[in-house]
Amino acid sequence: MTALPPRFTDWFASRGWQIHPHQQDMLDRAADPALLLIAPTGGGKTLAGFLPTLVELSEGAHEGLHTLYVSPLKALATDIKRNLTTPVTEMGLPVRIEDRTGDTSATRKKRQRADPPHILLTTPESLALLTSYEDAPRMFAGLKRIVVDEIHALSESKRGDQLMLALSRLQALCPGLRRVGLSATVEDPAAIASFLARHPDPCEILYADPGPDPDIAMLETDAAPPWSGGGGRYAIPAVLEQVRKHKTTLIFHNTRAQAEIFFHELWLQNEDALPIGIHHGSLSREQRNRVEQAMVAGELRAIVCTGSLDLGIDWGDVDLVIQIGAPKNVKRLVQRIGRANHRYNAPSKALLVPANRFEVVECVAALQAVKERDLDGDPRGPGPRDVLCQHILIRAAAGPFAADDLYAEVSSAGAYAGLTRAQFDACLDFVATGGYALRAYDQWKRLKQDEDGLWHLRDPRAGQRIRQNIGTIMDTDLLKVRLKNRRGGTPLGEIEEGFAATLTPGDTFLMGGQIVRYEGLREMVVEVTRRADREPKIATFMGTKFATSTQLSERILRMFRQDDWPELPKDTRDWLHLQRERSQLPQTDRILIESFPHDGREHTCVYGFAGRNAMQTLGLLLTARMEQQGLHPMGFVATDYATLIWGLDTLVHPEPLFDRDDLRETFETWLAGNAVMKRTFKQSAVISGLIERTTRGQRKSGKQATFSADILYDVLLKYDPDHLLMDITREEALKGLVDFGRIEDMLMRTAGRVDHVVLDRVTPLAAPLFLEAGRVPVEGAATERLLAEEAARLMDTAGLDMDPGAEKRHWRVPY
Amino acid sequence: MNFIQIDLCGARLHAHGSGALHWPEEGLLVVSDLHLGKSERIARRAGQMLPPYETRDTLARLEGDVAQLDPARVICLGDSLDDDAATAGLDASDRAAINRMQGGRDWTWIAGNHDPAPSDLGGNAAQVVQIGPLLFRHIATPARGEITGHYHPKARLGLRGKAVSRPCFLVDRRHMILPAYGTFTGGLCWRTPHLRGLMGADARAVLTGPHPAQVPLPRMAA
Repeated sequence: MTALPPRFTDWFASRGWQIHPHQQDMLDRAADPALLLIAPTGGGKTLAGFLPTLVELSEGAHEGLHTLYVSPLKALATDIKRNLTTPVTEMGLPVRIEDRTGDTSATRKKRQRADPPHILLTTPESLALLTSYEDAPRMFAGLKRIVVDEIHALSESKRGDQLMLALSRLQALCPGLRRVGLSATVEDPAAIASFLARHPDPCEILYADPGPDPDIAMLETDAAPPWSGGGGRYAIPAVLEQVRKHKTTLIFHNTRAQAEIFFHELWLQNEDALPIGIHHGSLSREQRNRVEQAMVAGELRAIVCTGSLDLGIDWGDVDLVIQIGAPKNVKRLVQRIGRANHRYNAPSKALLVPANRFEVVECVAALQAVKERDLDGDPRGPGPRDVLCQHILIRAAAGPFAADDLYAEVSSAGAYAGLTRAQFDACLDFVATGGYALRAYDQWKRLKQDEDGLWHLRDPRAGQRIRQNIGTIMDTDLLKVRLKNRRGGTPLGEIEEGFAATLTPGDTFLMGGQIVRYEGLREMVVEVTRRADREPKIATFMGTKFATSTQLSERILRMFRQDDWPELPKDTRDWLHLQRERSQLPQTDRILIESFPHDGREHTCVYGFAGRNAMQTLGLLLTARMEQQGLHPMGFVATDYATLIWGLDTLVHPEPLFDRDDLRETFETWLAGNAVMKRTFKQSAVISGLIERTTRGQRKSGKQATFSADILYDVLLKYDPDHLLMDITREEALKGLVDFGRIEDMLMRTAGRVDHVVLDRVTPLAAPLFLEAGRVPVEGAATERLLAEEAARLMDTAGLDMDPGAEKRHWRVPY
Repeated sequence: MNFIQIDLCGARLHAHGSGALHWPEEGLLVVSDLHLGKSERIARRAGQMLPPYETRDTLARLEGDVAQLDPARVICLGDSLDDDAATAGLDASDRAAINRMQGGRDWTWIAGNHDPAPSDLGGNAAQVVQIGPLLFRHIATPARGEITGHYHPKARLGLRGKAVSRPCFLVDRRHMILPAYGTFTGGLCWRTPHLRGLMGADARAVLTGPHPAQVPLPRMAA
């Protein structure tokens, strides 16, 4: 056992603290090349991560950078700095701590490169930038440890891949570098460990005491949940009652739009005027800071929030977490619950609020999973190659390199351990020459190889551009929203450019809990005025829709096998019994399909339980196949568990629709022209360095400095469909929104066992689908038709006639 | 039909969904801002290597329009080449495509601000061409009867929660601005004050696409 130096034991004693067992473990294994700590929030995780650093630095012998701390949030870096400074000052340790993020001033950044602190707190992007400088070897000389905080969150995104590639570079510069990961509770710690460690080094996993089981239940409400929808509005009186009973409550929502609507409704019913704030990723930093400060100061009784509060920062006295809407994913639920009560060894308290009757089933299933500590998650795919392309550019900006060395380095990152040399070479070729089948840019290559075989930038000035484009976060399509007034106006937040384009002056929408009126667009800023006198017309902006996890879906299907459901509220229980009586309940190894007429249309409901994204994709594919079979599908709507399709003709033989090969073929054709592909292409094109990030400056000037990624995609699809970037796009799209993998899983699971039930009316389980928002018309010419209609309407409104004959009289001017 | 008919100063014109303007009575086809060789210039100047297929694609689309409408005369309204050096970037098949189209036709390159009219690609060069009531030049002055290019106007429209962005023709009772025909050509928003200022109060836009659509030009935001 490594004993703490007296200075440390004294300090612990002076505080009345004892070192936690996992903190001691971390100290004992301080020499391990890689170490992963899994600890619940509030478990002294950060100190556990830094203790070995502080002990090593306490002797005062180390010069220069000793430990790098990387976290996904800038705010976390600032927070940690404050928390670390306290023990360092109180123990009088000779340790300099600084943070470095996008917000750090340029002078300070420069000084940090020349004279780095002992501990540098930063983000993956700022670290990647640091490694791109030619003086990186000097700055990182002597670096001993790197602490990656919230590694469970980073491991789920490209930011994590970028970080691990940067680490592979640092490891080459500092061979003795030791890695430490700090993670919340996850379903597969071994996967995070192999993500963290230098491949194929081992990585020990340490577990902190997970603490007592959370105190978690469903919120009891007077009103029963509605049949459909996701807002949880019915529960507002009960939620307010809970807020009154607790000190501070976090009210989590799955999407920003839902958070906004709920917040709005909450205030309409908040008769005691309890101080309640809102916090989500689309709000401006000023707005979020204000809420965060009020929170830390204990001025707020509740915060309505989204995933923006999922991570790290210590919020003080949260004693209740309320999750509105089914949690969709047990792991995230457990992590959110952990936000309540940061006191070690006290149970967290949480309440679930199902937003609709089906979600009651899902919430009960989730509660069981939490009790059994059965977490879910999808295995991580191979490292994305667009991030690798960016890494190659970053490496080139730092100076000449040999392809063999770089390949060896990147293969040492767990996610890229399986990358073949051919794949690597294709990425290098893409970065160097564009990688086109048509060899076009011989003179203008980005990278060139010198006589020694080293690769370097053709034009050294390109390094600057590469640095400006570092990062994997895509925020290019957001427009700032400001209150319109004489002096520039208060920033409120951001909305998607696509959403802004649908607004016309006078439209109202919710932003930061207030109703605002769209006034116009000025220099790429959306100008709004406050408008409290009307119901918001539009309230849909941004927000990821999480899909229910595979494990949770399976749990629900298992529940359906029960004869009765005493654990469910009576109305939900009756509903399931009625479904069994009229039709049947879906089963794990069979696909249930119901066909029935309703409202003059033939309906078909497919219970696939593959999660929202996959069910959406399935809807698109099935309607395409039904179109081919002449069944005249007209539209569909998808939820996490089912897809409802309507059309003119009755489906008689559903089996052929689910033929795996046919479905895949339809998928291939459909995918190529799909908007999801284009969106994914745009992201990969920016990340891989094909097109540059649009800076606000460029857009403001209105110059044609940017290229429509859609057009680039169309051109590549037509002339160079096998191009590397198209390959990357497919791979990334399949992982993400398209989720074809889960459709294939479903087809495997059910192996052609289709139960087709034909009825004369809507079934109980299908009924809520009729109330779901997000109905998708079966398109093709639909966009053109909408355009024609809109054009006619606008021309009509403007008093212009579209009939050229009439126009002639009106317009003709004798020459 | 895949065009919208527009009467301008007594001439009956067809604005096609491809971005080409056809004047059947005169057997005239007009396209603007082809920007041939653009990806090559970008690579040369900025080191960005875009897919090098846009010249091929622009010419293929133009050949399609020429084959379909079989005009006696073609006018390219300037910025046909992305810059002076761009001719060097055209390969043999690109030149052959241009040659094929020029066969048996009167072909005019109007000088643009990116390029003087190309000298080694066949056809005639001109600053301005007048045909009947219409005047063809690169940048709008704007005068009555002018048909111009240069601005690459682009329209954005919200359609029940869905945004559509398309290159567009702008036209009022006096003159008309053509969309850029080239494949890799960005666009200038139709609400841009300068562009809006060129057009009269009665201005309309014709959105390009599979089915061209005509809408009034939005008024300036106050």
